[in-house]
Amino acid sequence: MGDYIAIVILVGLAAVICGAMVSLSFVLGPKNTTPYKQSPYECGVQPLGDARERFPIKFYLVAMLFILFDIEVVFLWSWLTVFKNADLAYQTFSFGAVMVYMVLWIIGDAYVIRVNAIDWDETTSLHPAKLGEPDPAALPVTARDLELVGGAR
Amino acid sequence: MTDWLIQQSPAIQATVRVLVFVLPLLLLVPGLIWWERRLLSWMQDRIGPNRVGPFGLLQPIADGVKLFFKEDITPSTVDRAIYFVAPAVALFPAFAIGGTLPWGPHYGPLMHWTPIANVNIGILYVLAISSLGVYGVVLSGYASNNKYSLLGGLRSSAQLISYELAMGVSLACMVMATGSLKMTDMIAAQMEPLWGIQSLGWLQNWFLFTPFGLISAVVFLICMVAETNRTPFDLPEAENEIIAGYHTEYSSMKFAVFFMGEYATMFVFSGVFATVFLGGWNLLPINWDVVAAQVPALAGIARAMDGLTYWLAPIWFLGKCATGITFYIWLRATLPRLRYDQLMSLGWKSLLPLAVANFIVVAIWIMGTKLYGPGGGWAGGLLGLAIVYALYLNFVSATRKSGWGAKDRLAMVDKSARTIDLVDPNVAGGTR
Repeated sequence: MGDYIAIVILVGLAAVICGAMVSLSFVLGPKNTTPYKQSPYECGVQPLGDARERFPIKFYLVAMLFILFDIEVVFLWSWLTVFKNADLAYQTFSFGAVMVYMVLWIIGDAYVIRVNAIDWDETTSLHPAKLGEPDPAALPVTARDLELVGGAR
Repeated sequence: MTDWLIQQSPAIQATVRVLVFVLPLLLLVPGLIWWERRLLSWMQDRIGPNRVGPFGLLQPIADGVKLFFKEDITPSTVDRAIYFVAPAVALFPAFAIGGTLPWGPHYGPLMHWTPIANVNIGILYVLAISSLGVYGVVLSGYASNNKYSLLGGLRSSAQLISYELAMGVSLACMVMATGSLKMTDMIAAQMEPLWGIQSLGWLQNWFLFTPFGLISAVVFLICMVAETNRTPFDLPEAENEIIAGYHTEYSSMKFAVFFMGEYATMFVFSGVFATVFLGGWNLLPINWDVVAAQVPALAGIARAMDGLTYWLAPIWFLGKCATGITFYIWLRATLPRLRYDQLMSLGWKSLLPLAVANFIVVAIWIMGTKLYGPGGGWAGGLLGLAIVYALYLNFVSATRKSGWGAKDRLAMVDKSARTIDLVDPNVAGGTR
């Protein structure tokens, strides 16, 4: 427990430094407020509405995936410290067990990537190359394409 | 000095260790900012700050003093309490991460000076505190009530947690190879004979020199740059897209506090990299005492080098940190910024599978070493590497093909909208 005194002191000192930094400028600086100065910055125009809007679900999804995968890693930490110096019987057994665990982990990761949970927006996930069909821009120009373009005019 | 330190009560000893770590870090931050501006200038064929003090060294301090006396604008629409606390929360981890970082040898007369706390959670503490940095960013983005800030904060939090995973797994590999979470034990493990071969006892086993350690080091290095929001991963502050991201609404010293936090974190992360992969405070990957014992002709030089390595350890450690910082600046001068979807797919589809594959290789390596000695470790490790790499390629090609929902979405795409816009150079006016 004695070792943690130093951590507590460090955390306390860091908190004091951070607090001082933030509050000192508030105390020292001049204060001339005008309505324009106090409005949120939006490239010089009047702000349109409130910023606390709905935001894309992707951010939420990433956070959820992070928690899932991070907890799976957290389970491993206790095993990591004992694995190297354990006796052979335990080592062999736990090696097998962890490999099974990792296979499940990889299946999870593959599933997440397969269902496009990480793909950020529709334009990238609907790119022809990702849909498994040739990129139209890379194809040789055929008479039919010329017809199509002519027809569109 | 050391005798005096040992006689004090534990609390005073701890305070001395904390001050010996935090005060130099506080003083180093302006130096880092100067070094970044100066080196970046040289790389871009400019001169950089050279007016205030010798070589412009006092420029960041002058800027800091100026910023303290600038008006602290608080927009009327912000969430006041969170708006005030957020910069402090962003700076806090920068100072607190170093709690378990040994900047010198943990044996002999110097052992009472470092690390601040040799607790048995060691590297886990670094991971835990470093992830607190997300709060500062996301809170400042949310509290500012500015659309750019909100976007920057969201981007940054998504980025930080995405790279946190790969970073955790790459460190887990090294913890497994060490068998301990203590950072002093990690350095001790790196001072053992190279690859566990006793006849190579004069060479140190820096994890960078082991095959699995090299992969981990690359993953950790990329994640480290992403965690500190630096180029090429500085999407949260992409000035040509979202002004300044999460600190758009901040002025005066509160604005500077974000930068202080960024620079101090860069420095401490370089220290973590040096400790985990580069043998910590060791100058060269050579065990000088073994050299002295094996080659009598070089005994004098070897003993001198041993003493030099031991007594000037903080300087070697600082040198490695400075190299890390220089690498950061070099990256900034060299690489363009990533696109956001590239950033996410790099973290989740490349680094994370690679780190996990590496994790499995380390486990195989340890089993091979236990069963058949160092050669078994190499054989098992390389075999594991081959198998895992083949599986990884399969994994990548399997996941890059159309996803399971792709066909439905394909139906929604209007095919006729995707005809080619032909440009005929022979016809005046361009498009036919």
